[in-house]
Amino acid sequence: MFDISVMLDSMIQYEAEIRKAIGQTFFMVGISVAAAILCGLPVGTLLFLCRKGQIYENHTWSWVLNSLVNIIRSFPFLLLVVFMIPLTRMIVGTAIGTLAASIPLAVVAIAIYARQVEQALLDVPRGVIEAARSMGASKLEMIVKFLYVEARSGLVLGLTTSTISFISYSTVMGIVGGGGIGDFAIRYGYQRFETELMTGVILLMIVLVQGIQYAGTTISRMLDKRS
Amino acid sequence: MISLHEVSKSYGQQRNDRLAAVQGVTLAVEEGSIHGIIGPSGAGKSTLLRLMNMLEAPDAGRVIVAGQDWTGMSETELRQARRSIGMIFQQFNLLQNRTVSGNVSVPLELTGLPRRQRAERVSECLKFVGLSDKAEEYPAALSGGQKQRVAIARALANQPKVLLCDEPTSSLDPKTTHDILGVLRHVNETLGVTIVIVTHEMDVVAQICQQVSVMEDGLLTDNFALQPRNQTAAIPSPKSYREQLLGTEGLSDV
Repeated sequence: MFDISVMLDSMIQYEAEIRKAIGQTFFMVGISVAAAILCGLPVGTLLFLCRKGQIYENHTWSWVLNSLVNIIRSFPFLLLVVFMIPLTRMIVGTAIGTLAASIPLAVVAIAIYARQVEQALLDVPRGVIEAARSMGASKLEMIVKFLYVEARSGLVLGLTTSTISFISYSTVMGIVGGGGIGDFAIRYGYQRFETELMTGVILLMIVLVQGIQYAGTTISRMLDKRS
Repeated sequence: MISLHEVSKSYGQQRNDRLAAVQGVTLAVEEGSIHGIIGPSGAGKSTLLRLMNMLEAPDAGRVIVAGQDWTGMSETELRQARRSIGMIFQQFNLLQNRTVSGNVSVPLELTGLPRRQRAERVSECLKFVGLSDKAEEYPAALSGGQKQRVAIARALANQPKVLLCDEPTSSLDPKTTHDILGVLRHVNETLGVTIVIVTHEMDVVAQICQQVSVMEDGLLTDNFALQPRNQTAAIPSPKSYREQLLGTEGLSDV
């Protein structure tokens, strides 16, 4: 029988480990979110701008970027982590640990968010770009002062969805010693048959994801003045 | 003010699906005039208008604005040059996520005007179109006519010499159309801005244009001067729909 008091007891017993695991998850997801914003946003913008009929229309670039993003996203994530080990070792000097685990996560984060950015920008009416051109805006100004302004709520929603995916991806990072809350649930809960502990951690993750989604939706709604 | 010499523009890559939108059109827009371009949908009117500020580069021919040949300009020079021509659109093309004053401020931000002067100019422009009280609203809260006024204020912010209007009243009702045409006439008379209007609505041309060009199938088929109809003859309010449709006898039924 499932017993809530057993669940609470075991969670209190492992409080220190759980705190540490949450810290590791935040670290890995934090790096991914940073990578998504710093690299995924520009890549997604390029994906959009290189499309047919857009201001940087370029078949070659469009093909190259699309292929890259698709290839990264078609890897089963666990295999991408393994496959990237040599590259990870080159970048951070080691292939194990939380920092090393963040590298493949960041790569997949860029690909995932780039697609979300492309979608958000596709929702901006074409007339906005035409108005920008008629005012003599440069390409950078068109992006920053027109496209991003009109797409901002979509960009935030996309980042929210992506962040939740990153949390899910981060749970398999035990394979390279990345730790994190998912890894904790697997090792302490599942492998040691402490079902109550595992359930407790899952509940914690549900609360975390709900919180992120709520924050994302609220911010996005605040930014959206379109209707 | 603007002259087009033998300009042509086609779309599509393959020879068989090439669409000749504008074919060898020569046209002169006089300084200070209100020039209408009328014709059915798909006649190439909008393309012709976009050739005037080089939003579309012509395949052949020259575009000369205020004595300067724009066809030979680089993209950077063109960007600068376009600031001397304002443009408004059928769908207004406002930034929905910026306030009314934010929208009018955009072209000034692009030219790098300092904040204080920008605020002054924005309120001047909004006053000119009669929307000072809506400065802090977002476009979603405005009616179609008010949105088009904001678009006009935005187009005027950089004190252009020419205002290009692409079907400016085609998504507005008759009364609002009349109001917007009044604003455009006001722009022309008080600021001396040359106005080019593309439309498929005969009434619009009849009400404010002094010069009319007719376009059909990418060709300019006619060009003539027009005495604009007296302003009071137009449609002032919904009350007069009955009068307009039935003539004065209709009134006796009321």
